[in-house]
Amino acid sequence: MSTSLRNNQAVLLAAAAAVLLLVGTALAFYWVPNAPVEGFRQRIFYFHVPIALTAYACFGWGAWKALRLLWTRERRYDLESYTAVHMGVIFGILTLVTGSIWARTSWGHWWVWGSRQLVLFLILFLFYAAYFMLRYSVDPGPRRANMSAVYALFGVALIPVSFLAIRLAEDLVHPVVFTHDVEERLSGSQLATFLVCLGGMLALAGALYANELTGKRLDARLRELREALQ
Amino acid sequence: MTSAEKYVTAAYLVVLAVILLYVVLYAFKLARLEREVAELAELARQRGSG
Amino acid sequence: MTYFSDVAALARKDLLLELRSRDTLPAMLLFVVSTLVVFHFALPTGTSATAEVGLLWVAILFTALLGLVRAFVAEREQRVLDGLVLSPCDRSAIWLGKGIAVLAFLAAAELVALPAYALFFAPVSWELVAAVALADVGLAAVGTLLAAMAAAGRARELLLPLLFLPLVIPVVVGGIGASVSDDPGRYLAFLGLYDAVFAILSWASFEYVVTE
Repeated sequence: MSTSLRNNQAVLLAAAAAVLLLVGTALAFYWVPNAPVEGFRQRIFYFHVPIALTAYACFGWGAWKALRLLWTRERRYDLESYTAVHMGVIFGILTLVTGSIWARTSWGHWWVWGSRQLVLFLILFLFYAAYFMLRYSVDPGPRRANMSAVYALFGVALIPVSFLAIRLAEDLVHPVVFTHDVEERLSGSQLATFLVCLGGMLALAGALYANELTGKRLDARLRELREALQ
Repeated sequence: MTSAEKYVTAAYLVVLAVILLYVVLYAFKLARLEREVAELAELARQRGSG
Repeated sequence: MTYFSDVAALARKDLLLELRSRDTLPAMLLFVVSTLVVFHFALPTGTSATAEVGLLWVAILFTALLGLVRAFVAEREQRVLDGLVLSPCDRSAIWLGKGIAVLAFLAAAELVALPAYALFFAPVSWELVAAVALADVGLAAVGTLLAAMAAAGRARELLLPLLFLPLVIPVVVGGIGASVSDDPGRYLAFLGLYDAVFAILSWASFEYVVTE
């Protein structure tokens, strides 16, 4: 892909993200009516869930790029996978923070073990944080690229297995299972607001991903240049 | 503002804050890249004229 | 089939090495018993049986970590791993051979840990033993792969626990569930699922972890 096409894509994504998120936030605050049961505080949903879904998408994207790396051995997939995982962790942290705020306002605690989403993201956060420890601890090269790719693939396998484990654990620990009432059918206006925010978050992740990837590629190119000149 | 409104706004603001923090960190990175390019350009000029 | 003879040879090498040097296994045995004693002092009176079983699983996890940290140390110190990788054997055989050895060490450690637990705390049920056996397979499978990754890095004693613990949380859930719940079959089945998924993943991807 030529650099100019890539740059155009990045700009387009950023513009889309800006528009969608602005509109989405406005919809979430001004247009959509209060949820019948939860009330005003339910509006966190319009950011929290899109962020969570975007995090999953980033981890999935990272795993896909990892698979491509192992399949084709092309070095560029390492950078792409790494950047995608980085985005996933950023959005994962945001999921935990917004989820925690929502838990606080809904149930009075900043953390509830009974919330499956929160616990799952905690486990994933720990897992992918270790990804960076792994990369930091190994010298750059094809070996590190391969190991990171395998680890990223393990991550997506971990997602459903952990979710199952969390569900099984509920029966053991008997916490009150905390779910927000939005689990039921969404009304038209709620769905529309949600989709706009979801699109915005995905576009944001894409824009940040494109930017960061460019930065990392530049880093690599400059290093090559430096070695060529010295 | 009711307590619910405060929390909802806080959640949205946190997201904004993290994004802006990212922008700041990225600005630092770009500054560093620019410095490196300038250094390398200087190196290249020296090589060219030397 | 040369594949399985390779695996057997590799496993035998690790077991013989341990038999001769006797550094890892005694440490694991002593560690797990010491941990159980510490847990006795850490738990106030009236602690539920569930909490005690939970701590047994924690002890097993950390004993496994202790053994795993040593798993590839010998190879690294003598560059044996490079030699093994260059040899004509399938790389996944290295994983399987090493995994079997790790499993053996873990089982040996638990042969001491479970009676010690029965002595110090509460009797051990058959479900607990079955859960431990199934869990061991999963722990050995992912642990061997992660130990190979960590061995390639710098602070490998620090790195391995960080990589290992999030990935084995489901094993802990399955193990404790099988030990204390009224329906252990579900948890044992879950442990079996975990073992299947991650053993296959580890077996298939080990080649990439040790080559360039």
